[in-house]
Amino acid sequence: MTVRLRGRIGLHVLLMAAALAWLAPLLWAVFTAFRPYDDTQKHGYLSWPKSLTFSNFTSAWSQAQFPGYFRNTVLVAVPGVLITLLFAAAVAFVVSRFSFWWNIPLLLLFTAGNLLPQQVIITPLYRLYLDVPGLGSGSGKMYDTLLGLVLIHVAFQSGFSTFVLANYMKTIPHELTEAALVDGAGVARQFFQIILPLCRPPLAALATLLSIWIYNDFFWAIVLISTGSKMPITSALNNLVGNYFTNDNLLAAGALMTALPTLIIYFLLQRQFISGLTLGSGKG
Amino acid sequence: MTARVHRLTKRDKVVVAVMAGIPTLLALCLVWLPAIASIVLSFTNWTGVGGLSTITFDGVDNYKQLFSINPQFWPAVEHNLIWLAALLLVGTPLGMFLAYQLDKKIRLTKFYQTAFFLPVVVSTAVIGFVWKLVYDPDNGLINSLFHTNKPGDYLDWIGSPHLNLWAVLVAAIWRHAGYLMVLYLAGLKSVDPSLKEAAALDGAGGWQAFRHVVFPVLKPINIVVLVVTIIEALRAFDIVWVFNKGAQGTELLSILITQNIVGEASRIGYGSAIAVVLMVISLGAIIPYLWVTFRRERREGNGR
Amino acid sequence: MSVRRAPSARPSPDHGPSALWTPSRRALLAGAAAAAAGPLLAACGSSSGGSGGGGSSSKTVTLGSNGSDAVPKKAYAALWAAAGKSTGDTLKVNVKQHENFQNQINSYLQGTPDDVFTWFAGYRMQFFAKQGLASPIDDVWQTIGSHFTPAIQALSKGLDGKYYFVPLYYYPWAIWYRKSVFKQHGYTIPANWDQFTALLKKMKGDGLVPLAFGNQNQWPVMGTFDQINFRLNGYQFHVDLMHGKESWTDARVKKTFDMWASIMPYHQQGAAGRKTEDATGFVRDKKAGMIVAGAGTAVQQFTTDPAALADLDFFPFPEITPQWGMDTVEAPCDGFMMSKSPKNKTGATKVLEFFGSPAGEKAYLDLDSSELAAAKDFDNAKNTALQKKEAALITGAKNLTQFMDRDGNPTFVSTVMIPALADFVRSPNTFAATKLSNIEAQKKSIYASS
Repeated sequence: MTVRLRGRIGLHVLLMAAALAWLAPLLWAVFTAFRPYDDTQKHGYLSWPKSLTFSNFTSAWSQAQFPGYFRNTVLVAVPGVLITLLFAAAVAFVVSRFSFWWNIPLLLLFTAGNLLPQQVIITPLYRLYLDVPGLGSGSGKMYDTLLGLVLIHVAFQSGFSTFVLANYMKTIPHELTEAALVDGAGVARQFFQIILPLCRPPLAALATLLSIWIYNDFFWAIVLISTGSKMPITSALNNLVGNYFTNDNLLAAGALMTALPTLIIYFLLQRQFISGLTLGSGKG
Repeated sequence: MTARVHRLTKRDKVVVAVMAGIPTLLALCLVWLPAIASIVLSFTNWTGVGGLSTITFDGVDNYKQLFSINPQFWPAVEHNLIWLAALLLVGTPLGMFLAYQLDKKIRLTKFYQTAFFLPVVVSTAVIGFVWKLVYDPDNGLINSLFHTNKPGDYLDWIGSPHLNLWAVLVAAIWRHAGYLMVLYLAGLKSVDPSLKEAAALDGAGGWQAFRHVVFPVLKPINIVVLVVTIIEALRAFDIVWVFNKGAQGTELLSILITQNIVGEASRIGYGSAIAVVLMVISLGAIIPYLWVTFRRERREGNGR
Repeated sequence: MSVRRAPSARPSPDHGPSALWTPSRRALLAGAAAAAAGPLLAACGSSSGGSGGGGSSSKTVTLGSNGSDAVPKKAYAALWAAAGKSTGDTLKVNVKQHENFQNQINSYLQGTPDDVFTWFAGYRMQFFAKQGLASPIDDVWQTIGSHFTPAIQALSKGLDGKYYFVPLYYYPWAIWYRKSVFKQHGYTIPANWDQFTALLKKMKGDGLVPLAFGNQNQWPVMGTFDQINFRLNGYQFHVDLMHGKESWTDARVKKTFDMWASIMPYHQQGAAGRKTEDATGFVRDKKAGMIVAGAGTAVQQFTTDPAALADLDFFPFPEITPQWGMDTVEAPCDGFMMSKSPKNKTGATKVLEFFGSPAGEKAYLDLDSSELAAAKDFDNAKNTALQKKEAALITGAKNLTQFMDRDGNPTFVSTVMIPALADFVRSPNTFAATKLSNIEAQKKSIYASS
């Protein structure tokens, strides 16, 4: 028994040390963010704080125009998540409920596309955006529009969701739709009234996951958006990096504020998030 | 099964076509068309300014130059491979180890799990910023703690080519291990608890029980982990871009592409050639896995 | 000035990027995308043909700015306000993070450029003008021409002899130090290389970091190369090297790197992880003796502390080859350009005329005293002593250079020189012997193809 107890204590010591080491970088950022710039300049960053302040957060909020960037992110992420789920569910429905010869190539097309590095497609994509009309831009181009960002997110993120949803839909007994078919329900009704409601768990999980992924994306906007005020928050964080003057305390506050919404989503929807991640691998 | 297709009415056929067609068209136009265009462009010389008529084809010139005189190319390939090795050999076992320990139903599991998992939720760009605060040569946490920010015994985590790749890899592993921990935790949940109990009571040490009882169960997950890890290693970009723009020892293929085609420089053909190299490696890893997976599922599906 | 470059790279002016695709292919793509996005795009029937051009009735002038830092941001805001008042137009400003702005310049100018945008003089300006991405503004210069010296006028012209640039301010690169530190240790201003190296040695002995150094943004290191190269090899060689006419394998280039390598031990360690502004902070805090920097970077680190600012001084990089003396000063000039087809050309012209007037310069410089007005008839009475000294340095120079990334081909500098110089900082002693031939090989391939 004592051996076991000792083992347990050892395990706790180990895990606690590891957990603290894991949190250290984030805690260091929190510590830095709460200290006045002058204090750290005078006494160094690793010093006992003379005072703590919220002013880094407030000035990052106003100086870097965070509210506007958050708004852009919402305008990209919400439609992005909804359309991705709709499209992915539609494709998943087709490949899982019918057997066409092109089912596997289609799944490959979506999933493999999702796994390509973003840089691989960026130049032609950007040229394409210059020539495709887009809504909501004075120039009439898809380039430099939030719609353009939404579409590339949808096209790029559909892969994983399709993969997950197709796996899930395969587990729904065919008898369910069969019965509806006998009742004369068309494909559209089968999809919207029978299959989609049954897919609520994976849809919730995917929605959580996609929100965080789209929120966290850094690359698309720095290439496809050229108006500073249209940047989503993650890409706009760079605005706090000065050319002549950099204030690390301010930067830390900005980085934490940028991370905050994803942390909130995570804590609120932890279960969905984790089940979302494991959905893809569950079937393995 | 094929019978079902025949039963579709004309209207249903249209519905199916729309449901599969629109998303497919979008993916084709925005992902695959550009991917193919990248391949074509890699055989050309183009500044990216002006019409398509200003593109000139120059065969494999870009590749020749890339392989011969670009001093950053081979280091970038090497760093991508080191990145992959580090995630596989350090990040993966670490994630597996943490999952195994946290699966033991001990107290504070929730706290530990959250601590290890937080980095996965935060964007990699923010992670780059956060770790820069840790590694800053003058004011960073590490150099302040160990007083290695004085002339003479200076540790240059961000700049020194002997240190910076490892420094940034620590950040990458930090994130990756949490991710894999969750995947493995899910896998461990499916291990029959009585099996674990039995192994523990048998007096089999932790390692023995793990090796003979748990590890075999995790096998299918390992395949997923392998693919996830390969993709992460090839996609690595944000952390390094924010950390030091891929200079001096942290060159990566994704960063070379970005510098050649999205920066002030515009060597579209040349940058595309690097993109093609990265694409070939990625698809080489992805397609076989997916093919096997889907084929197996289809067989299983038919057998049901 | 003739950089080898295929003339065919110039697009026909009235088509721009929309001429990219043949009609059938373009219609196909647009159609495919519209169908793909379904209702989202369906409403948008209008073609993207050309980028504006008309819209003469609009009273709004759009403006793209890289002034994202606190000090320039405020100063630019004052300038926009003054311009709006003077011209009666509404200015719509698009501010982007300084380095993002530069990184995106290619796609921005081809995609959705603002009518007027901030940019830099030198080949960096001519490069984009040559590709048809900017409008010639000779008409603006008919109004503002008399405010500028011939040197500045020449700096504002494209390779075709037309004006493309309206200068706002410039600033010299020099070696910055604190007078009190020099006084305390009895240092004197070095007049030549030997005195300079002796001073470095002495500072090190006194426990100071001789040369503060930060190269995280990767461009500051170019400043030191430029200084040593034109002091050692003269203005003409330096400019020819930047323009690709001289070889990087030339013995003179090797000598530049050798001399630089000999003083590298006196540079602050950890440069790659440090911002140049943080490096300047070491001079301000008296932990370092000197820094090679531009006036803006140096002065802005001192503005928070008036006593330190009064103590700040500079001297030009010391003479190396007596033949050249100190005849060249690196004085980068920042200003504005007009994009290729502005929506409101008349408005943009008026705004640019205001930017090039003493009143425009005053609006900006009242709030940013780290720079010098580019106009010769600007009222200098309010200038600080430091500014007056900077101005004297520049007006006394025989030749002005911009900066490596402003004098050289942007593709070459950003993809070859930036990593190469970082490589030099990493291993200065072996660099010249092993890496110069590679730089030359890459240069040849880039200059041949662009």
